[in-house]
Amino acid sequence: MTDPLPPYPPLDPTTYDLIIVGTGVPSSILAAAASSSGNSVLHLDPNAFYGSHFASLSLPDLSSFLHSNSLSPLLPQSECHDFLSVNLVNRSLYASVEISAFEPDILEEHSRRFNVDLCGPRAVFCADESINLMLKSGSNNYVEFKSVDASFVGDSSGEVRSVPDSRAAIFKDKSLALLEKSQLMKFFKLVQAHLAEHDEATVKIREEDMESPFVEFLSKMCLPPKIKSIILYGIAMLDYDQDNAETLLKTNEGIDRLALYITSIGRFSNALGALMYPIYGQGELPQAFCRRAAVKGCIYVLRMTVTALLLDKETGGYKGVRLASGQEIFSQKLVLDPCISVGLESLSSLTDQQKETLRVLVPKAISKKEKIARGICIIRGSVKADISNALVVYPPKSLFPEQLTAVRVLQLGSGLAVCPPDMHVLYLSTLCDDDDQGKTALLSAMSTLIRPQVPENLQTDSVAENDNTEAKPVVLWRALYVQELVKGEFGGSISTTSSPDGNLSYNETVESAVKLYEQLMGSEELFKEETPQENTKEDNDSDGVELED
Amino acid sequence: MHGRPRKAYKPEEEAASAAKAVKLRSLQSQFMSNHHHKIYTKEAIDLSTKLLEINPEAYTAWNYRKLAVEDTLSRTESNPDLVKSILDEELKVVESALRQNFKSYGAWHHRKWVLSKSHSSVGNELRLLDKFQTLDSRNFHAWNYRRFVVELTNRSKQDELKYTEDMICKDFSNYSAWHNRSVLLSSLLARKADGFTPNEKIPEEYKLVHDAIFTDEDDQSGWFYHLWLLDQTVNVETPLLTSSWPPHGSRINLSGAGCLKKLTTFCSESGSFPLVLYFDKAVVGVSSSTVRIDSELKGNDDLVWEPVSNKNAQVSCVWVARVKYMSSEPCVPKEYTVKVRIGNSPGIVSSRGCNFSAPYELVFTAHVHDTVQEVPQEAIVSWMDGFDIWDAQSEDLNNLVNLDQSNTQMDSKWRQETIAEEIDLFRELSDSKIGKLTLARLLMAKAMISENGVKGVHYEEILELYNDLMALDSSHYHYYKDEHSVALLRKVTSSNESLSGHLFRYRDLNNSVCLRLNNLSLSRIASVEKFLFVQMLDLSHNELHSTEGLEAMQLLSCLNLSHNRIRSFSALDSLRHLKQLRVLDVSHNHIGEHTVDTTRYLCSSPLSNSEWTQDEAGRQVPSLVTKYWDAYFVLRDLNLKQLDVAGNVIAGDEFSSFVRQVVPQLVWLDGQKLGS
Repeated sequence: MTDPLPPYPPLDPTTYDLIIVGTGVPSSILAAAASSSGNSVLHLDPNAFYGSHFASLSLPDLSSFLHSNSLSPLLPQSECHDFLSVNLVNRSLYASVEISAFEPDILEEHSRRFNVDLCGPRAVFCADESINLMLKSGSNNYVEFKSVDASFVGDSSGEVRSVPDSRAAIFKDKSLALLEKSQLMKFFKLVQAHLAEHDEATVKIREEDMESPFVEFLSKMCLPPKIKSIILYGIAMLDYDQDNAETLLKTNEGIDRLALYITSIGRFSNALGALMYPIYGQGELPQAFCRRAAVKGCIYVLRMTVTALLLDKETGGYKGVRLASGQEIFSQKLVLDPCISVGLESLSSLTDQQKETLRVLVPKAISKKEKIARGICIIRGSVKADISNALVVYPPKSLFPEQLTAVRVLQLGSGLAVCPPDMHVLYLSTLCDDDDQGKTALLSAMSTLIRPQVPENLQTDSVAENDNTEAKPVVLWRALYVQELVKGEFGGSISTTSSPDGNLSYNETVESAVKLYEQLMGSEELFKEETPQENTKEDNDSDGVELED
Repeated sequence: MHGRPRKAYKPEEEAASAAKAVKLRSLQSQFMSNHHHKIYTKEAIDLSTKLLEINPEAYTAWNYRKLAVEDTLSRTESNPDLVKSILDEELKVVESALRQNFKSYGAWHHRKWVLSKSHSSVGNELRLLDKFQTLDSRNFHAWNYRRFVVELTNRSKQDELKYTEDMICKDFSNYSAWHNRSVLLSSLLARKADGFTPNEKIPEEYKLVHDAIFTDEDDQSGWFYHLWLLDQTVNVETPLLTSSWPPHGSRINLSGAGCLKKLTTFCSESGSFPLVLYFDKAVVGVSSSTVRIDSELKGNDDLVWEPVSNKNAQVSCVWVARVKYMSSEPCVPKEYTVKVRIGNSPGIVSSRGCNFSAPYELVFTAHVHDTVQEVPQEAIVSWMDGFDIWDAQSEDLNNLVNLDQSNTQMDSKWRQETIAEEIDLFRELSDSKIGKLTLARLLMAKAMISENGVKGVHYEEILELYNDLMALDSSHYHYYKDEHSVALLRKVTSSNESLSGHLFRYRDLNNSVCLRLNNLSLSRIASVEKFLFVQMLDLSHNELHSTEGLEAMQLLSCLNLSHNRIRSFSALDSLRHLKQLRVLDVSHNHIGEHTVDTTRYLCSSPLSNSEWTQDEAGRQVPSLVTKYWDAYFVLRDLNLKQLDVAGNVIAGDEFSSFVRQVVPQLVWLDGQKLGS
């Protein structure tokens, strides 16, 4: 990115209905939706790649993205005759970034064969809102998915057990006792009956149970602790300890989460389970929406920073933006990436009206920030023999007694074109209040699953010691970082999108993007005139999942 | 495929379908004309291909192609390449037809036919099948064809067993996969393939099916497999001798009528006594060469063995021979030892082809008392009084009943252990109907394979389970009722103590042994093998529909069936085998209530009147024989002295006169002594 780039030719036209800065998943959905309903959209990204915080990058690009702080140097309040210009600053969402390469030579050799997600671990439920939206918008033609083969839940003994999430999985499971199989399946059937459309004659969960804590409801259903743990953390994908009264989830929310999981299984006939992953990484998703948007007339400019906002001098209302190229572009509305804000020093000179226009860009310093600790490991070998793509969840307190939140680990293999053969990419994440706490949990999960690099002289000893234990994979490269969780906001003419959230799926991200679209454009239905293209592929022998509506 | 909703046709689809029909009709008429004129040119064959591509169900077209192939082959037999290309073309046509409809019987059958012509292209078949079975794993055509291909290619049964396991793991709700598994296992166990012994494999299979049943107890496919496993656990393939009369080690007293001693006495009018062998499954081949008699009683070297069976004249569980003890020259009153050796030479074979392989010797003594001439029985037999309570202390019962000879011949240890484990496990599921039924079946199985006198057989629990089921599941009430009856009869016969509570002696008839099983709400007869010694049987006030099973009771002379649910005389058909039966009470049943008797087809046809026009009654009252033909066929073969039919719709003057014609020797009819 240090190469001097040729100056951009000036953009034409200079006025749009909507300017979007940043090409993350929510921004790309907005761009696709707005342009397909006939709006003129300019979509900018300061980076040289699509996806912003949702991108999949090579290892060097990932490192430099995590380390880069304010991309835009603080410019002097530039002169402008017609408008009041307010400078924007880029602040990094990432802190406590730690990157270590243990075998740099090997990584160097394959350096361009990695597609590593910034927002991992992340997978897509087959019944995820993002899939619905892709099918609706037609952007599914640009992405191919493969199934995540298996999911596991770890316990305090260090063992991982597979998540019996379907009839066939319960049948095959060797660790469940026969009665437990029966109890679990009965519970699933109850949930299915509850979710069934026709409400007569089927058994429903009672109203008072729906309002009670989910964990209590599970106890009421006579489910033993280990099954409860599987349901709470391995299927409903809860983060917080449900033994802690402060963070209890209600049954109706729990049932919603189970519904997502249950409807995901079997939605696509050639998908193996509930979860899928896009080949070439999560960065494919925002790109697919961007391509859809481009087809509908959206204009794309990468490597273009927005340096300042232009406000009406008299009303204080939003008028447009100034680009790094110096060009001024105007629009009705503006949507910004969550890492863009107004410099505090420029704030003091603004009128109340101007502050009102800019309100979503003012950093909220006081409120307690939620964070997510993320980890990426490149490993040689696999955490589970014979399985390449797998999810492992460590419920709270399973790794160590003080563990407050669940740690999710997603292993992905070369079949998904994210790394060279014989290696896997391991993503880890956990919600946390402070950086150390989050990193401790991640490191604990790593040490359970993988073997650290041992100095040469000690290696023979440790091999002898661990002779009879299953060979754990070796870590080649590791990144640890803590990401701020920023919620997008609708602010009239200027709005912001959300940062990647703490969930495994895109469900909440998509929901908030759809909501923002409705606020921006009125309650117009998304992609309403799109008709999904017929999938004409026949005799598909690949193991990719074919999305069909 | 399963669970796919049908969509209503749109108008344009309907139009397309009509156009298709027009095209199809014209193709069809052209094809039929080719077929009738035996035209087997390339164009004609191509036409049939077109027809089959549109409609794979056109069976005639498949047959036409067979003729066409035969025709072409007859001219090109010498060229193997050409033969191959012709057959390959047929396989291709079948494949495209199956793509159109993979449930087309004609197409699958044609494929089998082509393959039976040449094995050359069999290698592709399993790949094709994999495709179809991925499309619909429960497609029974594909499974059926798979067995055929496996047979042709000699693919190992073990590999196929693994395949069924894989399919079951994908979705265990698959009858075809479970069924194929049972077929493969049966054959592997039967030929004792490496590692396939029942005591190892059957418990493993139980574990597999437990996973299915406990995962989803509402899915029936696993339960069916469990039932098959239970059958494998309880039964052995080889036929076994269950019981006999006289039993091993017994002492019987033989005399003419009029014996007064209070002994277990058998009085015969014909100077012979029946020797009854009761097997646990129907067998053929019981004859004087497979069953040897060794005795001083003369004239019994070439005994004639007859199967006692309604259905198939040659296969039966029960075989009877008549042993003579009063031949032309009177034999000296003394004790004779009779040795019966069964199965020393091969020949007794079950209907499934398994040999009776455990030779058995039964020895009893026959005490011949005197040779008093028969005094005809004239007194009326009353079921009300004249009974003496059985002396529970007497030795007689042990002498009469030898319970279960078969168990000792089975390797029963693993079977008992398996059943015990199953019982413990299924108590957990006993709040569902199928769980209750399975528990009841398991408890019965435990009773069946327990050694004599083993305590802890919970008949009360079994009866309770069936009572629950009758209340819970009225649509299968009759099945549960029958099973309840079977369990109850097993309980009665489970020990000498409980049996003796139902046994009496009838004073007026030589102290005949009488078994009273009245008022037990029985709907079905069972455990007859334990009653072979019984001479009088009281089954009154039950819910019986038929006498099936009683045919084995060759000593039976008096039978009370009053107050039951017998609907016609054809339901009494099995009584025709009881040569000793003199007294029959069928009063207060439902005979004649239903004008349409659905069991009639079980009997000989009334239309073959050549059979009856020759005998007396047939000549005298042909119209009554035609009217009461079901009664005629039963009563004609019985030598009754006393009959009660009152309380049935059929009863009346007309029927009485018919009975007197058909049974001229009858003395008592409905309690009235008949004048000469």
